[in-house]
Amino acid sequence: MLCPNGAIFFALFKFGLFLTRKQNENPMTAPTETKTRPTYYEELRERGYSRRDFMKFCTVMAAYLGLEASGAAQISKALMTTPRLPVIWLHFQECTCCSESFIRSSHPMVADIILDKISLDYSETLMAASGHAAEAVMQKTMKDHYGEYVLCVEGSVSDYGDGEFCCIGGKSSRDILKEAAAGAKAIIGWGSCACNGCVQAAKPNPTHATPIHKLVRGKPIIKVPGCPPIGEVMAGTLIHIITFGTLPELDRVGRPKAFYSKRVHDSCYRRPYYDAGLFVESFDDENSKKGYCLYKVGCKGPMTYNSCGVIKWNNGTSYPIQSGHGCFGCTEENYWDNGPIYKQMASFPGFGIESNADKIGMIAAGAAVAGVAVHALATNVQKMGLIKKAIQEGKDAEQELKNPLSKS
Amino acid sequence: MKGRTLRRVFVWELPVRIFHWLNALAIVVLCVTGYLIGNPPALMSSVEASNRYLFGIIRFLHLAAAYIFIFNFAFRIYWGFVGNKYAQWKNFIPTSRTYFKEIWKVFRIDILLKPRTEHLSVGHNALAGFMYFFIFLASAFMVLTGFGLFAGMSTWWLPKLFAWVPSLFGDSEFSVRNWHHSVMWLFVVFTIIHVYLVMYHDYVEGRGELSSMGGGWKFIEEEVFEADQHAEQEAEKVKTRA
Repeated sequence: MLCPNGAIFFALFKFGLFLTRKQNENPMTAPTETKTRPTYYEELRERGYSRRDFMKFCTVMAAYLGLEASGAAQISKALMTTPRLPVIWLHFQECTCCSESFIRSSHPMVADIILDKISLDYSETLMAASGHAAEAVMQKTMKDHYGEYVLCVEGSVSDYGDGEFCCIGGKSSRDILKEAAAGAKAIIGWGSCACNGCVQAAKPNPTHATPIHKLVRGKPIIKVPGCPPIGEVMAGTLIHIITFGTLPELDRVGRPKAFYSKRVHDSCYRRPYYDAGLFVESFDDENSKKGYCLYKVGCKGPMTYNSCGVIKWNNGTSYPIQSGHGCFGCTEENYWDNGPIYKQMASFPGFGIESNADKIGMIAAGAAVAGVAVHALATNVQKMGLIKKAIQEGKDAEQELKNPLSKS
Repeated sequence: MKGRTLRRVFVWELPVRIFHWLNALAIVVLCVTGYLIGNPPALMSSVEASNRYLFGIIRFLHLAAAYIFIFNFAFRIYWGFVGNKYAQWKNFIPTSRTYFKEIWKVFRIDILLKPRTEHLSVGHNALAGFMYFFIFLASAFMVLTGFGLFAGMSTWWLPKLFAWVPSLFGDSEFSVRNWHHSVMWLFVVFTIIHVYLVMYHDYVEGRGELSSMGGGWKFIEEEVFEADQHAEQEAEKVKTRA
């Protein structure tokens, strides 16, 4: 479905990953039309999950969301009583790493409950249908669940010309987004592409890749940035909506506070090395082997809000800093245009690539010292008369003190 | 030749002097520690991190100096309304045409060194006052961006009030940080010129400019002092008539 969009910036390769596995109950045939949709719990039991597995999942989710002890019960109650949420999942200019991250999140049920059971009514990557049939399903979901479905968007939208850089089924990504957003209860932007434009939006941004919050107005938008976002964070955000029926508490930029309120720097296990002033100077030095702080080789952790240091990746195995590489700052606005990756300071606009604020500042300070020196010399020349007069005045006074009577 | 008749005038009150030196100290500490935070020195050490806290101390000094700088700054604004005439806010913000005329005059005499009779003022001259106004604005900018960066990790309500600051910079803490770092150099350049000009006045005019920030006294020519008093009385008259 994505490959035919010849003009899309990055070739997206879709694997029939889930298709074989889900032949019998792919989301297309999920009973979206009946009013009595099954609950998540019912569908999970049908698939062979035990109640014990289910409760474990609820507990894990409650922990990730930072809920109190009763949170697990709230989640399990919601999943047992709420009919599943209709979801439309759109892909635009992206690499599908967000979907990959999602289906590989640590708890197996996360992928199952969300992708198989959340009623993914339309997802270009994961549904079996293609062509007109797929488009028809999307139209039907939009009509049947108008005002109820959650729209998930993965990828940025090309806001250039008629939107010809990213078309799916003959429609531009911009038109598809606006059409789908009209009936959405809420919109979730998955990943940096949808939230800050990511690499497509980096200068000079030839396709005018635009994050969704700049195109959709008047709808609640949850940003779940990251390149990709952590799978558990994605699952947690959806579980919150299902459990509480409300949007999670968002930060200033629009990210769920449960996952984006702490800086990577403040939850970093290498933080003691930062506080001690022990830094990796280059990637092949002794300090690097010792696992010192990566601040001087460009780690963006001090300005980046995410839970990489807490939840980590791949079943909590590791995260970029633990693997010896600084944080990229992928969850932040203007990602890719926030200065060099392996340096702490951005180059100063208009002064060339190697010019950071300190170099310019040192030149300015040097110029001030030189200017002051020249001014001091010029003062002695220009005001010579005045200064001589003052010195003479002083000498006269000295004479008067020595010889008070000579005054008269 | 006959010497000038000088009058001893109490120009800088004690709170102004305390402000000045606290401010100077805070700026030096802030610039040095701020520079180090942006460019940490390379240390090769085999000491365990648990036995060192160098960077923590540098950051602590930066934050402590910042609080001193902020409250000192706030106090100076207050003193601009209750202090003596040399400390009044009108010395810094131009409110009349004569202020701009004086700026131009001082610029021609002191900076371009045009051979004219010296412009002798009692407190700040207009150009200096106007420059201090700009450095006040730069200070406000540093307070704003500094708190904006600190809001994310602070637990106190005061820095948290500034959590909106990054939205002025395209929601990017990266650019807040770069601006905060760049404007530091404005203070460095200011300090160089400021210290030089104090020495210039002390040297050319010989009225105790350098020591005035110590004891508060300046030595003012009798006729300059009288002209200053006269101008003030005239201004008072205009005000009461209006």
